[in-house]
Amino acid sequence: MTIYQAPPVATLQLENVSFVHRGNTLLKPTTLQLAGCHRTLIMGPNGAGKSLLMRLSHGLLTPTSGSVHWQSEPPAQAMVFQRPVLLRRSALDNLTYVLAINKIPRPELKGLSRKAQAMSALEKFGLASLAKRPARVLSGGEQQRLALARAWLLNPRVLFLDEPTSALDPAAIKAVEDAVLEFHHSGTRIVMTTHDLHQARRLANDVLFLHNGELLEHTPADDFFTTPASPEAGAFIRGELVW
Amino acid sequence: MLTSDNAFSTALALIMSMDSALISIVMLSLQVSLMAVLIASLLALPLGAALALWRFPGRNAVIVALNALMGLPPVVAGLCVYLLLSRAGPLGEWGLLFTPTAMVIAQVILVLPIIAALTRQQVEALHGEYAEQLNSFGLTRSRMIPTLLWDARFALMTVILAGFGRASAEVGAVMIVGGNIDGVTRVMTTSIVLETSKGNLPMALGLGIILLGLVTMINAIAHVIGETAKRRLG
Repeated sequence: MTIYQAPPVATLQLENVSFVHRGNTLLKPTTLQLAGCHRTLIMGPNGAGKSLLMRLSHGLLTPTSGSVHWQSEPPAQAMVFQRPVLLRRSALDNLTYVLAINKIPRPELKGLSRKAQAMSALEKFGLASLAKRPARVLSGGEQQRLALARAWLLNPRVLFLDEPTSALDPAAIKAVEDAVLEFHHSGTRIVMTTHDLHQARRLANDVLFLHNGELLEHTPADDFFTTPASPEAGAFIRGELVW
Repeated sequence: MLTSDNAFSTALALIMSMDSALISIVMLSLQVSLMAVLIASLLALPLGAALALWRFPGRNAVIVALNALMGLPPVVAGLCVYLLLSRAGPLGEWGLLFTPTAMVIAQVILVLPIIAALTRQQVEALHGEYAEQLNSFGLTRSRMIPTLLWDARFALMTVILAGFGRASAEVGAVMIVGGNIDGVTRVMTTSIVLETSKGNLPMALGLGIILLGLVTMINAIAHVIGETAKRRLG
């Protein structure tokens, strides 16, 4: 068996990035660097700007000021949303659809037909028996796994996940977390938002802590959970509501 | 005396007789309306989708104009096409006036705004749901159009049927540009007008019942196909 060695992931640099919507500053000027193949968890209470920071990083939104750039060629990216957006087609067709858009197959699937690639992704995520089912009648957990399978086929070097487990039961959460670790093992940088402290402890290498649209901390996970630098983060970890 | 009874029996007798004149009228009606809906759909579906996705100065004016044109009186559409195609008109050389082609052109003008305006609405709603995901895939707006049209297909089928309803029901436009020439441009609606003015009310009603039956049948077929597909795909 050949072991595929993923090349290093390009560094993402945010410089003085801010976002203003209808006069409200939703993200204060933020400077940030994401390098290496880490699992970075973005944390903070509701409305802190977690999803916004992620969308700016992924390029779905344009910052009001400042710049978002990759220090070399922008890598392949994918994003998994809180509520998976699946097309009104079968599970299998949802996967062949992205293969038709993204013509570069995963290295280990090279040479296979689109359908065969899609089937292998379905098998990998435990969805093979649901291939023919309409994607939108699958359960919440199955839909999220299908969204992950779709992201898998895009072979991203950076995977963004926006609270992917917030509406799932514990078994489905476990399946998503396993998938995230699998992505990471294959050399994909993970950037994920969550407000679940336990999940963050399980997954994080480093933590970005946001509060009221301001980035208060970017620290290794161990430090963040034991000795948070900001009082807000301390209060958040203790479960005291921070608004 | 006119009773619904003898209208129904006239309709039944007409169908049973398989009268060749009647069959040619029915076939021409279907040909003209279906061709008009086909052409209008090919133009209006991408147009409506593009209008949903692009923001440009004057976009709202275009949307209001399209919505207003949904209520364009068929006689006005007919008159415009008549002026274009008449011997003295800019397209007079083509010699299309009083031909089925002229009738198709007039009906395309009537149907296109309906399909485009309603497609715009459906695609805009679907785009709201899909936009982030499709952007994340790196799709440009023009590449989103086929995806959005395909995923809105069930709603768009109803939109196209609304267009077909308009085409098959109107009389003003086809009367003006077709001229109701027996055996050439006579369709069901123009025949009904003619029979009514002749006082042959049972015949007029009979034709009306057949027209209604045909339209119902086409809608029923489309509904069954749509529902089956919807059940299969969720």
